[in-house]
Amino acid sequence: MKRSSAMIPLFIFIALALLLAVGLRLNPRDIPSPLIGKPAPVFTLDRLNQADQTDLKETFASASLKGQPWVLNVWASWCSACIAEHPVLNAWKDKLGAPMIGLAYKDQDVDAKKWLLDRGNPYSQVIADRDGRVGIDFGVYGVPETFVIDGKGIIVLKHTGPVTDAVMSEKIIPALQAARVAGAQ
Amino acid sequence: MLLNFAMRLAAVLLLSASLIWPSLAGTSPDTRVASNSISSAASSAISSDVLVEERLVALSSELRCLVCQNESLASSRAPLAEDLRREVREQIRAGNSDAQIIDYLTARYGDFVTYRPPWRGRTLLLWLGPFCLLILALGMFMYGISRKRQQQIPADLSSPDRVSDRLSDREALDRLQREFAEKNHE
Repeated sequence: MKRSSAMIPLFIFIALALLLAVGLRLNPRDIPSPLIGKPAPVFTLDRLNQADQTDLKETFASASLKGQPWVLNVWASWCSACIAEHPVLNAWKDKLGAPMIGLAYKDQDVDAKKWLLDRGNPYSQVIADRDGRVGIDFGVYGVPETFVIDGKGIIVLKHTGPVTDAVMSEKIIPALQAARVAGAQ
Repeated sequence: MLLNFAMRLAAVLLLSASLIWPSLAGTSPDTRVASNSISSAASSAISSDVLVEERLVALSSELRCLVCQNESLASSRAPLAEDLRREVREQIRAGNSDAQIIDYLTARYGDFVTYRPPWRGRTLLLWLGPFCLLILALGMFMYGISRKRQQQIPADLSSPDRVSDRLSDREALDRLQREFAEKNHE
């Protein structure tokens, strides 16, 4: 009796230590999005006119992508993590098998265009969210963020922070494949 | 010793529980009333920027800035916080209620955006956990007191230091006897 009750503080300590250890390992920046499984916000935005873009329409409507899965990558020329992410997007753009839309979030058009000319354009379309309103609708709280949207317009995945090769192969590509399978049924 | 430790632990748990517990007795009812009167004032066309700003501050100090997470939306200088304040301001001007504005933000950023988490299955531990710890601490406290009462009666009859005194007396007597016996042998 005496022995076992003497151990109670130790057990409480171990439980607290475990709890804190788990808490320390969680990423506080990774806020789960309430938008997963919900319809993606519908928007129409100005396109950044790029020489290599063949579509000459001045605006882009998200509704035009209905029926196929697509990727929305939120980035900005002022965002340092986007520098790390950009080569990954360039390397994977042909392997996605889906359109990747680049959302220039709260960026100057000149800066965004210069970024794409200097570093290459991995996007099938680039659109300008100059006042960040579409970003707010998507629950963006930091750049870069990447969304996968299925053919029904439902957000199936959100990745916060730079996309790496691992994120591409383990999260984004599988989510796109799952969306295609679901869309084919 | 154990009792002492348990009581200290209980005190620490109590303290942390009181810290974790979202302060219900805070400004909530007052701000609610104030904002209601402000919104009715706004609808009766006396709407001035001061009233809108007052309500913006009251509402946005209840909301968390998602970029610098330990600052409120009211105090943060992050660009996103400025944008969100702009959205909230526009919605106040449009005559939306506080609940509608908070719904608008939680639909995009989740419950994380509010400092006052909603009452839900997932947040049950958050709301009830401090009470559970309080009950546990009180239970340990009462148990400790009842044990101390039980120990007091035998302790008066033969306190530990008396026992040790008697033991040392016995040892001293033994040593004297041994020495006496050795002297007799010589």
